Amino acid sequence: MPEKVTLLSVYRFLPQTNCGECGEPNCMAFASKLLERKFTPENCPPLKKPKYKEQMAKLIELIAPPIKEVTIGTGNSIVKIGGKEVMYRHELTYHNPTAIAIDVSDTMDDGKIVETCKAIETISLVRIGETLKLNMVAVRCASKDPDRFSYVTSLVARSCNLPLILCSFDPKNLKAALEKGQVANKRPLLYAASEENWREVSELAKQYDCPVVIFAPNNLTLLKSLIKTLQAIGIRDIVMDPGSYTEGKLLKDSINNLVMIRRAAIQRGDKDLSYPIMAVPAIVWMGEKQDPITASYKEAYIASLFMNRYADLLIMHTLEIWALLPVLTLRQNIYTDPRKPVSVEPGLRAIGKPDEKSPVFLTTNFALTYFTVANDLESAGINCYLLVLNTEGLAVEVSVAGGQFNSSNVKDLFLSSGVEKMVKHNKLIIPGMAARLKGEIEDSTNWEVIVGPRDSSQIKGFLTKYWA
Amino acid sequence: MAIFFGDDYEEKEEAKALIKSLAKLIEKLGDLEIENVEIRAEELTFILQPMVGVMAQAPQLLPKVEKAIETLLKTEFSPPIETYPGQIAEVQIGATRSDGGSRKKVVRIGGEKTMPFYSFEALNPNRLAFAMDVFDMPVVLAKSVKQHFEDVMHDPADWAKRCVEDFGAEIISLNLISTDPLIKDTSAKDAAKTVERVLQAVDVPLIIGGSGNKAKDPFVLEAAAEVASGERCILNSANIDNDYKRIARAAKKYGHIVVAFTPMDINNQKKLNRLLLDEGLSKEQIIIDPTTAALGYGLDYTLSLMERIKLAGLLGDSDLQMPILASTSNSWGAREAWMKSEEWGPREYRGPLWETVTTITAMMAGGDLFMLSHPATVRVIKGLMENLYGEVDTDQRIQDWITDIGM
Ligand code: B12
Ligand code: SF4
Repeated sequence: MPEKVTLLSVYRFLPQTNCGECGEPNCMAFASKLLERKFTPENCPPLKKPKYKEQMAKLIELIAPPIKEVTIGTGNSIVKIGGKEVMYRHELTYHNPTAIAIDVSDTMDDGKIVETCKAIETISLVRIGETLKLNMVAVRCASKDPDRFSYVTSLVARSCNLPLILCSFDPKNLKAALEKGQVANKRPLLYAASEENWREVSELAKQYDCPVVIFAPNNLTLLKSLIKTLQAIGIRDIVMDPGSYTEGKLLKDSINNLVMIRRAAIQRGDKDLSYPIMAVPAIVWMGEKQDPITASYKEAYIASLFMNRYADLLIMHTLEIWALLPVLTLRQNIYTDPRKPVSVEPGLRAIGKPDEKSPVFLTTNFALTYFTVANDLESAGINCYLLVLNTEGLAVEVSVAGGQFNSSNVKDLFLSSGVEKMVKHNKLIIPGMAARLKGEIEDSTNWEVIVGPRDSSQIKGFLTKYWA
Repeated sequence: MAIFFGDDYEEKEEAKALIKSLAKLIEKLGDLEIENVEIRAEELTFILQPMVGVMAQAPQLLPKVEKAIETLLKTEFSPPIETYPGQIAEVQIGATRSDGGSRKKVVRIGGEKTMPFYSFEALNPNRLAFAMDVFDMPVVLAKSVKQHFEDVMHDPADWAKRCVEDFGAEIISLNLISTDPLIKDTSAKDAAKTVERVLQAVDVPLIIGGSGNKAKDPFVLEAAAEVASGERCILNSANIDNDYKRIARAAKKYGHIVVAFTPMDINNQKKLNRLLLDEGLSKEQIIIDPTTAALGYGLDYTLSLMERIKLAGLLGDSDLQMPILASTSNSWGAREAWMKSEEWGPREYRGPLWETVTTITAMMAGGDLFMLSHPATVRVIKGLMENLYGEVDTDQRIQDWITDIGM
C-alpha cells in the first residue's frame, strides 16, 4: 500500500521562511493547502528560485496524484486527462472531466469532413451556467492509405481548433499524418501502440514528443508489459486502452478490467498502471449498416457505463444531441465537487428591461435553481427583477425543509438589495414550493406575497392570469 | 449537508493531536527540530483546516540511460482482490404457495460480497431486480411513457398486467396515490381492495406504496398488508417522521418487507434503519431508499450516497447492510426527459435514454432494486444485465475497429 503524504513530509520541501508571498501566514499553512489541492507548488514564488530547484522537483513528485495527468494538444488547444487520486468521488473531487472525442473517417468526402469538424466544435449546451462541449476529434485511417490519411489529418487540423487523436494501427499512416499532415507540433494523441507495432509507434511518440495510447484488448498482462517497455524506452505520456467490448461476456470483462487497473494504480500503487484510461463507445457502430437511432442510444448508455467506471477519455461517433446531452450531463454530475453545492452570488438581478412596474420574483442561489429560473424568465421574454436568496447553494424545497430559506433571510436580502427603491409596488412572487412561508415573509417585509407556480416554466401563464 | 462525513475523520484527529502535542513541546523548548524539519511556534498557531490525505507513490524511476529495446519486457498482472468483512443481507421479495403466498416466482436481492459488477473479486449471489410503476388512478405522465398505458390507466389491474405480460416487469410497484386527502381521499379499505385485485391479476411480487401523506400512509399500508398477508410484499415507505412503528408492526404481523426512506442523508438513514431493527424487523425485512435524484438534478448526490452506503455495509456497518431501492423513475421529473425542445432533439428517444442513464449510474453505485417507467428502459437494462452477468456469448472482435466503423 502506498503511504500517506503528511503535512510534515510536504513542509520539509518548502523554503520554511514564512515570507507570506503565497498569501498564507506561513509555510505550514501553505503545506496544508497543498494537501487539500487548493494550491500547487508553483504558488510559492520563492520555491521557483534556482536554489530550490531540487526541492521543487521532489515536492512535485511527492504530491503527484496516483494517476498521471496527461496533456494532449498545445497552446490554446489542449485537453488534460487523468490526474485522478481516488476510487470514489466522495473521498475527494474527481479532477479533469472525461474528455469526449468524436471520430472522423478519412473515407468521408472532404465537404463532409469539414462539416463534421465544425459541428464537433460548435455543439454546446448550457446547463447550470456551464457550457457543455465536446473536446477532441479522433481522425480514423479507414482508407488504409497514408496519403489520404495525411491529407485528411491536415484538413481536420485546418477546419477546427480541437486537439487531435490520430487513429491507425499501421505506423506508416501515423508517420504520414504527423509529417506530411503537419500536425507533429500540435502534440496529437497517437492511437495506438499494440503488441505488433510498439517498436515503430513508440519511436514516433518519442521523436515527436506525443502522448501515446497502448492498446491491449482484454489482456492486462500484455497491457502492463507494453507499458513497462514503453516506460523503459523513455515514454512518459501514456494512455491505456484495455479494449472496449460492447457486447456479451466481453462487456463484463471490459468493466472488470477498468476497475482492476484503476484499483491497482490507486490502492496498490502499481506504477505501471498509473495512467489515464480510455474507452471507445464508437465501437457499437462497427459492421454493416447500423440503425442510427438504436446505435446512438446504445452508444450513449455504453459511454455512461464506461464513464461511471473511470474512463478519462471516450471516442464516440454519434452527433445526435438527444444522445449526447445525457452523456454530457452525466459528466457534469460526476465531476462536481461533492463537498459543496454549486452556487451563484445572491442579490438582485434585472432580467430584460424592467421598470418600476415590473414584477419581482424570489428564488435561491443554488446554481441549478437560479439558472433554470433565469433562463425560463428570459426565454419567456419577461422584464422583471429576480431576487436571489442566499440559501447556501440549496434548491427551493431542500432549503425550505432545511431552514435556510426563511423570512429573516428574505428580509436581509430586501434591505441589502435595495429592491424597494426599484419598483413602485410591493408585491413579491415566491416559488410555489415555498408556499408555506407566505405569511412569515409578509410579516417580515411588509410586502404582499403572491405564491407562484411550482415550476418556473409555468411563470408566463401564471403572469397573464395574476399580473395585470 | 450531511452526506459526506469525513472518511478522513481519524486522520484529521490524528493530525490535530500531533500539532497539539508539538505546540506543548514548543512551549517548553522554544523552537524544535524533528527529523530535519524546524518548526517555529508561530507556525503552529494557524488552525488546521480539514484536509484530505494524499497517497504517496514510490518515485517513478525511469531508467536514466534509455536503451534500445528489442523485445517486450514481460511482466505479470495479478488482479488486486480484496475481501470485505461484511455482507449485505439477502431479501426475498414475494412468496410462493409453498411459503405462504400465491406468487409464481419470488425475487431475491442483496447478499452482496463486493461492489456492483466487481466480478473479478467475488460473485454477488443475486441479480439486480426491476419493478415497473403502476398507479391506482390516471396520473400525469410524460407523453412518451403515457402512450404505452393510455388505455389501461383507469384500471390498475390491467395496467399491472400490461407491465408484466407485455414489458417483462419482474415486480409491480403499485402506488396508492388516490388515498391522498388532497387527491381523492380514498379510504384505506378501498385501497386494500385495489391491492387484492392487482395481486389476483398478476403473479409477480408487489411493492405497495402510499401517497406520501405522512398521517395517512401508515393506515393505508397497514390495511394493504393485511389483505396481502403472507405475500412478502414491500411496504413503501417508513420514514422518520411518519408512524413507522405501525408500518413495522404490520410487516411483522403479516409477513412483509419495509422500505426505509430518507431524503439523502446517510446519518438519518442509519438512524431510521436502527429504529426499524429495534422494532424487531430483521435485516432481511428492510430495504433502504436513500432517494434517487434524476440525472442532472442531484444524481451526483445519489451516486455518492449509494456508494458510501454499500461500502459501509461491506466494511461491516450492520446498520447499513440492507439492499438499496433506487426509484429511478424519478428521472421523469427532469425537464430534459419530458420537455419538448428543438435544441435537445426528439423527446421520444431523449426521455427513455434519460431514465436509462440514471438507472445505469444507480446500478454501478450500488442499487439492488429499481423502479422504472418506460418499457424501452426495461428492455435495454435487462439486456445489458445479461451481458454484465456474462450470460451472453459473443465473438465480438474489436481489433479492427478503426477501419470497421460504419459512417
Ligand atoms: C438534490 C436534493 C438534495 C441535496 C441538495 C442539493 C442542493 N444543492 O440543493 C441534498 C443531499 C443536500 C439534500 C438535502 C436535504 N433534503 Co433534499 N432533495 C434533493 C432533490 C433530490 C432534488 C432537489 C433539486 O435539485 N431540485 C431541482 C431544482 C432546480 O428545483 P427547485 O430549486 O425547487 O426549483 C424549481 C422550482 O422550485 C421552481 N422555482 C424555483 N425558483 C422559483 C421562483 C419562482 C418565482 C417560481 C414561481 C418558481 C420557482 O422552478 C424550479 C425549476 O423547476 C429533492 C427531490 C426531488 N426530486 O425534487 C430532495 C428533497 C427536496 N429533499 C428533501 C429533504 C427533506 C432534504 C433534507 C431536509 C433531508 C435531511 N433530513 O437532511 C436535507 C436538507 C438539507 C438542508 N437544507 O440543510 C425533501 C423535501 C421534502 C419537503 N417537501 O419538505 C425532498 C423533496 C425529497 C423527498 N421526497 O423527501 N437534498
Ligand atoms: S511563499 Fe513559500 S516560503 Fe513564503 S510563506 Fe508561502 S510557502 Fe512559505
